[in-house]
Amino acid sequence: MKKIKLQKVFFLVFLLVVSAIYIGPFLFSLSISFNTNKDVFQWPIQLIPDSVTLANYKSVWNDLPFARWLINSLLVTTIQTVSNVFFSALAGFAFARLEFPGKKLIFTLLISSLMIPGIILLVPKFIILNELHLVNTYPGLIIPGLVSITNIFLMKQFFESIPKDLEEAALIDGCSYFRIFWQIFLPISKPALAAVAIYTFQGSWNEFLWPVIVLYSDNMYTLPLGMASLKDELQTNWPLLMAGTILISLPTLAIFIIFQRYFVEGVASTGLKG
Amino acid sequence: MATIKLGNIVKTYRKGDVPTIKSISLDIKDKEFVVLVGPSGCGKSTLMRMIAGLEEISSGDMHFGDLRVNELSPKERNIAMVFQNYALYPHMTVFDNIAFSFKLQKTPKDEIQRKVTEAARILGIEHLLDRTPREMSGGQRQRVAIGRAIVRNPDVFLFDEPLSNLDASLRVQMRTEIKKLHKQLNATMVYVTHDQIEAMTMGDRIVVLKAGIVQQFDTPMNLFHEPVNKFVAGFIGSPAMNFLDGEIILEDKLKFRSKDVKFGVPDALVEKLKGNVGKEVTYGFRPEYIYDKNYEKVRWLSEDVAVMIDNVEPTGSETFNYFHFVGNPAQTYCFRTNSEQDYKIGDIIRIGVDIERLRFFDKETEARIA
Repeated sequence: MKKIKLQKVFFLVFLLVVSAIYIGPFLFSLSISFNTNKDVFQWPIQLIPDSVTLANYKSVWNDLPFARWLINSLLVTTIQTVSNVFFSALAGFAFARLEFPGKKLIFTLLISSLMIPGIILLVPKFIILNELHLVNTYPGLIIPGLVSITNIFLMKQFFESIPKDLEEAALIDGCSYFRIFWQIFLPISKPALAAVAIYTFQGSWNEFLWPVIVLYSDNMYTLPLGMASLKDELQTNWPLLMAGTILISLPTLAIFIIFQRYFVEGVASTGLKG
Repeated sequence: MATIKLGNIVKTYRKGDVPTIKSISLDIKDKEFVVLVGPSGCGKSTLMRMIAGLEEISSGDMHFGDLRVNELSPKERNIAMVFQNYALYPHMTVFDNIAFSFKLQKTPKDEIQRKVTEAARILGIEHLLDRTPREMSGGQRQRVAIGRAIVRNPDVFLFDEPLSNLDASLRVQMRTEIKKLHKQLNATMVYVTHDQIEAMTMGDRIVVLKAGIVQQFDTPMNLFHEPVNKFVAGFIGSPAMNFLDGEIILEDKLKFRSKDVKFGVPDALVEKLKGNVGKEVTYGFRPEYIYDKNYEKVRWLSEDVAVMIDNVEPTGSETFNYFHFVGNPAQTYCFRTNSEQDYKIGDIIRIGVDIERLRFFDKETEARIA
């Protein structure tokens, strides 16, 4: 009994330490965002500021083109999320359920491309967009993120777990393959679709590297890029920056809390047989 | 006319592989209830799926009536199928599941309502129309699956082991209901099962399959009494037929001799067996036709032999008794008695077989000789 109690205490301490490591920086950012004092690197760290103010949040909204950046982020994220959900489901279904020449080869090539570090593809992507005169445009920002191979793989795995009987019953009832996809498979794929939507939303909303490469106009910036532009080499208004960062993180936090169930179900169901 | 004619049907999955179905020819009559039965991997489901159009036919011809259906899709064949795992659409209610094919054909709503309600009434599932599959038991789901099939009024019904996932008592009940449905709908039905009792109780005729080859296509009683080979003889009947290897010899008369028994071949079988003198044969005798010499005074039995009881399994109305021939405990056999014959383990009795029920098979080819 004593041994079990000791183990429990040890695990509790370990979890508290790990939680502190993960949540600590967020709490510190939150604290700075409510602070008036710009000197935030004092030691010891003051988690609860002397005077709490909302002025930084007001300043983010009023003094910066935050609304414009927000609209840009919403536009890009929404289009990429919807597009990813639709096309990865469609492609995943094709790879999981249809037979066509070269299927294995095409899928192998797609999966193999995941081995190429994304950073290597940045220059070729930029060159292509430049040739197409899409640099610093919404299409240039959005198109490269319309479909993700990881999402296709996720959906393929999920669709493969659906019993073949369902597809065959639908065929006998008179369904075409598109109808089987649209009326039978999609409605029962909510956990997987939710996982794709959440992953894509999160990735797209927080995306920094591609916007910083393809955009050069202030009014085209997305939120992460806009916030990063506040950081100067010589001087940074940390409370303002942290306020903006907290605001940016709220949607992903909310989505995770609301759709947590689907998140876990979706990840688990892609590995299980139906 | 919903006849199904299979002409030299072959199925090979990959070039060079051994065919899963090796040239099957069958003639299924209009309104007949045909059962495809066989051990796992014999090709019965593959054959059914080819009838349904869910598997391509590698070679051969399939006709529904006069129409060659090899190239037709499942929906063009006017068939309905009931799956082992029900295959109900999980996100739809029972009503929507049954009505789905009609909605695809853009059938008017009132007609859909009428047909679905009628099918639900026949199957006793009217009270389930608003439920989804997960809110129902296995038996209820299977009725919905059957409802989905019958509402389409197809030429041919296909059942792919529909009762395998149900418990024993529900299986017996559903068996009767499916048979009643066959009478009611008067349709051609093809039914796949690995359960030979299901096959025997349900089929007008039964196709016994082994390794992709039709062993015998006959009525249940013919399969039971007149099996064409050892496989059919051993597969049909529960408990299975007993087999004893031996040879035909000629002493004062034609005899069967094995390690454990020797008895004279009945006169009725002499003509068929006389050409096999010196040949190795397998003697088959069903548990139902073995009799204790002390109890059976009427039937004409083969020469009796001493056996020792190894095990006794009372089932209530009858008892399965397992025995070995005295002096050879290595091989166990079975015979059935009524529950009044109460044997104990270790009892030694003398048994004989109904002379009209002796069966002999060629040991090498396993074909029936007599």
